Amino acid sequence: MNELALLLAATLNAGTVLAIAGLGLLINERAGIVNLGAEGMMLVAAIAGFATAVHSGSDVLAFVAGMGAGALMAAAFGVLVIWLNTNQYATGLALSLFGAGFSAFVGITYTQQRIGERPQFAFPGLSDIPVLGPALFRHHPLVYGVVALAVGLTWFLYRSRAGLVLRAVGESPESAHALGYPVRRIRLAAVVAGGALCGLAGAYISVIYTPLWVEGMVAGKGWIALALTTFATWRPLRVLLGAYLFGGVTMLQFHLQGEGVQIASQWLTMLPYLSTIIVLVLISRNPNWIKVNMPASLGKPFFPGN
Amino acid sequence: MLRLEARPQPSRVMSMGSPLLALAITVVVGIVLFAALGKDPARGLQVFFVEPVKSAYALSELSIKAVPLVLIALGLALCFRSNIWNIGAEGQFVVGALAAGWVAMQAGPGTAWLGKGIVLPILLAGVLGGMAWAAIVALLRERFNANEILVSLMLVYVADMLLAYLVYGPWKDPAGYNFPQTITFDATTKIPRLVAGLRMNIGLVIALAAVAALWAFLFRTYRGFALQVGGLAPAAARYAGFSSRRALWTALLVSGGLAGLAGGLEAAGPLGQLTPYVPAGYGFAAIIVAFVGRLHPVGIVFSAVLMSMFYIGGELAQSRLGLPKALTGVFQGLLLFALLACDTLIHYRVRMGRGVKA
Repeated sequence: MNELALLLAATLNAGTVLAIAGLGLLINERAGIVNLGAEGMMLVAAIAGFATAVHSGSDVLAFVAGMGAGALMAAAFGVLVIWLNTNQYATGLALSLFGAGFSAFVGITYTQQRIGERPQFAFPGLSDIPVLGPALFRHHPLVYGVVALAVGLTWFLYRSRAGLVLRAVGESPESAHALGYPVRRIRLAAVVAGGALCGLAGAYISVIYTPLWVEGMVAGKGWIALALTTFATWRPLRVLLGAYLFGGVTMLQFHLQGEGVQIASQWLTMLPYLSTIIVLVLISRNPNWIKVNMPASLGKPFFPGN
Repeated sequence: MLRLEARPQPSRVMSMGSPLLALAITVVVGIVLFAALGKDPARGLQVFFVEPVKSAYALSELSIKAVPLVLIALGLALCFRSNIWNIGAEGQFVVGALAAGWVAMQAGPGTAWLGKGIVLPILLAGVLGGMAWAAIVALLRERFNANEILVSLMLVYVADMLLAYLVYGPWKDPAGYNFPQTITFDATTKIPRLVAGLRMNIGLVIALAAVAALWAFLFRTYRGFALQVGGLAPAAARYAGFSSRRALWTALLVSGGLAGLAGGLEAAGPLGQLTPYVPAGYGFAAIIVAFVGRLHPVGIVFSAVLMSMFYIGGELAQSRLGLPKALTGVFQGLLLFALLACDTLIHYRVRMGRGVKA
């Protein structure tokens, strides 16, 4: 029973990283922009957050630094694709490649560093409930924060005027432009918000989840988060659900290893990547299902005035 | 205020000039970076742009890096021109190296009668390995409409794990003091070198032949033309009756095969055995090479040489200037970023004055 509680707790923790990044990417994809730079932004944010935590000792400052790093990189990406009309895929890839190199370069002096004892969180009373306590009520505040974020985002997208405008920009930028909305600025804001959340996810990895800095430590989570938005057919709550699912798969590998299952660890490490492929196949099988749900101008450039 | 004005037609001058401008920007940022790190920028430029080309030995080492980059980038150029986003060349490279390595491990006294001929099946295995890995992407895209960007990228991680499993497990050299590595391949499997004493090998000839072949395919054959129309204007291609299915498979099999060939050349060439360090990032760097080379076979040769200089410069910066080797990745990423920004100038003119409000 205790085993199960630990597995559940680990799943929530791992899923949180994917959910934060996935929700961020969902925001900019809803505005019609695909940012393949998620992995790069998360890496740079991870080292920015870790370095800040080492020097300041403050996790909050570390999160702010990570969000800032992600937002800054996303802004550079946004200006390029939105104003200079560069190819979204190529530019996003450039961001990922640059982020991998840059984080490795900056991070070299931090590879041996440790940050202080990680704070323990617990809901008084609730955390002492057997099984449920350790599974659900002893997490970092962000684990609960991401649930609020997903709910809030659902409300924002479907119940608020600003959310409606955001979706309009992603569905039909021409119409939004004709109505007088500043399409490009809205897209940039969405891209920056997405970058900031990817940055938060990156900082969470290096400051709370792991907590240390290793070159390339994001290990494809940015790409899995990108897959999540498709998997979730661009719905926030489904992103959250998908993130826990993938978090569970990631954790299952450690659980199985702990159980002494006779299988080489590399096969288990493959699991999250293989499941991403399988899930993509299952969800994309029906092209109409994707077509109906995908923001209509996703990945397409919009250049007003000519 | 600056604003962009669309050119009536793309500028040919800027199309050639944009990579040079991007390089200039990267160099300027590099100089600033060196100065900021307290290193002499002149020394920095020297290790990146002079040392890698200053002797026959240096040029031979340069070719060792440039050959895989050229081979992989050629295939990617074909993909990108067909609007197929294969970004998993790194995985196809690794599986190519695995397949080639498996054949190379079979070599021994029993295959001595083949002599140097053993190299042929080794490279063939590399090609087939890379093709098989890319075929998964094509199959899932065709049958299930699965996004090729994500599938090809996920397969990179799977390939890396497959390699790790094999060299830590069944393929581990029993006499290797438990190091994660295969046996050193038989001497006959070594890719023939071009000049005695230098590591430069026949991969260079193969790469140049591939450049010519892709040029001919893209610009002199009907199928090459059909592929590019499909990339530029899918609707027009459909109307003309060009098969998008055929384009998908051609692009992925060719690029997978070339990446696998590069993997085979690497495994049986400079490496001579398989270790967890087979994936050296060539598959990702080749994406930059392809774009900086304008997705043109000849341009790719130049940009691959440039990127190889970044690789060697990064290694030298580490040994001579005490800077991390990761500098290479910073400059490579920066170059692509600058290039994409400069490419705007191909289609737009920068004008002073008030723009149309967006």
